[in-house]
Amino acid sequence: MTSPLSGIAASTGIAIAKAFRLENPELTVEQQQVGNPAEEIARFDEAVAQAAAELEIIQQKTAQQISDKEAAIFGAHLLVLSDPELIGPIKERISAESVNAEFTLQETSDMFITMFEAMDNEYMKERAADIKDVRKRLLSHLLGVKIQDPSMIDEEVIVIAEDLTPSDTVQLNAQFVKGFITDIGGRTSHSAILARTLEIPAVVGAQNAMATIRNGQTVIIDGLAGKIIVDPDAATIQQFEQEKLAYDAQKAEWAKLKDEPTISADGQHVELAANIGTPKDLAGVLEHGAEGIGLYRTEFLYMGRDTFPTEDEQFDAYSKVLKGMDGKPTVVRTLDIGGDKELTYLDLPKEMNPFLGLRAIRLCLEMPELFRTQLRALLRASVHGNLKIMFPMIATLEEFRQGKALLEEEKAKLTDAGIPVSDSIEVGIMVEIPSTAVMADVFAKEVDFFSIGTNDLIQYTMAADRMNERVSYLYQPFNPAILRLVKMVIDAAHKEGKWAGMCGEMAGDDIAIPILLGLGLDEFSMSASSVLKARAQINRLSKQEMASHIDQILALSSSQEVEAYVKGIS
Amino acid sequence: MVEKQYTITDEAGIHARPASALVGSISKFQSDITLGFNGKHVNLKSILGVMSLGIASGSTVTIAADGTDEEQAMSKIDEVLKAEGISNQ
Repeated sequence: MTSPLSGIAASTGIAIAKAFRLENPELTVEQQQVGNPAEEIARFDEAVAQAAAELEIIQQKTAQQISDKEAAIFGAHLLVLSDPELIGPIKERISAESVNAEFTLQETSDMFITMFEAMDNEYMKERAADIKDVRKRLLSHLLGVKIQDPSMIDEEVIVIAEDLTPSDTVQLNAQFVKGFITDIGGRTSHSAILARTLEIPAVVGAQNAMATIRNGQTVIIDGLAGKIIVDPDAATIQQFEQEKLAYDAQKAEWAKLKDEPTISADGQHVELAANIGTPKDLAGVLEHGAEGIGLYRTEFLYMGRDTFPTEDEQFDAYSKVLKGMDGKPTVVRTLDIGGDKELTYLDLPKEMNPFLGLRAIRLCLEMPELFRTQLRALLRASVHGNLKIMFPMIATLEEFRQGKALLEEEKAKLTDAGIPVSDSIEVGIMVEIPSTAVMADVFAKEVDFFSIGTNDLIQYTMAADRMNERVSYLYQPFNPAILRLVKMVIDAAHKEGKWAGMCGEMAGDDIAIPILLGLGLDEFSMSASSVLKARAQINRLSKQEMASHIDQILALSSSQEVEAYVKGIS
Repeated sequence: MVEKQYTITDEAGIHARPASALVGSISKFQSDITLGFNGKHVNLKSILGVMSLGIASGSTVTIAADGTDEEQAMSKIDEVLKAEGISNQ
């Protein structure tokens, strides 16, 4: 047994399976003369045929297991593979110069890649990546190097990778992929969030997994502790099999709480809600017994496509979610894009500090037509459920007033046109900028609710980029500075008879929950898979008792002290 | 040879999905088919060629087909341009 590896616990659970390394092989190409160009062309044709056959299977599997939309990318790859302007010149050159196919492919495709990369349009630049992808596939066949596609996995494995790209993750099938380990990434990285959605254990940021783990080795992932064990002995396997049983049993126990309300030990009710990205996530929300949706991230509607979603497309998505929630509260966050979250078809200038730049509500107010389309779709959908609209990244009251004015204008237009709109839509804001937390008492007079977005609130308060691993020690949810801001927001809401929720990762954290309960938080919104665990925890806690500790907790001097204190009382 | 001009009405210009549909639908024709825009001409059977022109909404393009099945090819192109919402004329 080799020494254990560790990383960041990104998704809970225990998995034991063989390792499957998702390699990104280095494909080196050298120029060589060939004796028989006709044979070389035949070899090239064979590689094209193999690559095409492979792409057709991947396209089919992706369409079956994921969606037609995700499969379309492979259709585009097939067209590149049969492009006469790419394939023709390659064959001509092999024939004219008696050079090897690999080299000719490299040179000819480089020409196109350079051309697309030079275009001043993000969308076209991305097409260069498609050509590279196809070239990699072709080269791998010519060189006899195997590249792997996650969709081809057909036995139970734990995937080990440097990182998982969104195009890798769309191909992961939870039936076979029992868990994954990546060398880079954090708890809020794309792959970590996906693991929680698929409910498979994952450890990210493991650093040395690719360097250490070989294909086919047995691997244990402990997604609770963020530990990885390679080549365990029989006793260790047995121990983890038991832990897995215990974990599964506990999960079954939590499942009994599915239709129960969330009541603290002293009889106080709080609302446990779930965060979602698309209507597809609804099933998980209902399965885990969430009492509402505390954050519907609408930006996913805008991503992975060529053009803005139309008003009708948005209306369909919002209506589906509202109908599915059947009258339960549903908080929809308006478009949070810009900065680090780019849309290929929206050509925005690069920024030095994307997290501090033109994004979210700032971008929506700068491009009001874009915003109005979303607001109209939301207003039209409002009659299908209990809609609450939330503006992200609000820094000043003026921004809220402007956003709300646009909403009121669109509402009046729809009503004039005889289109029904609900008249009980609450309009609130995300609190993720310290200025807004500090001014919460003033905001509370005008907004209907607050939802604290902790991921950003922490990074802006601590001035620490959450994507930068070198300052990740400053990502401190329990720093008393953060807790004091959270208290200001909750108190301000209650003083005006409004409610306060939280929709960051922190809301589902078992150290944070006792504090938030004591602070009087009304709504906790988290990954759907955390809801039942949180409900079981709140059932055991007395809100009044937790409240009695708050003054002491807020007077502590560090995040570590707060963690230690909470562990002592709960 | 037959030749026809079109104005691109898709608000996003000619982008990947409709371009794929167009290129995919004419690959079976024998005729040489070109797409002309801004003085440049590319093979309409080449997805990379079509995309490389970066054609924006409102542009006028010329499509020409030359060969034994040029008429059939042109009517297919007409049909796909309309069906995909690339051009309505």
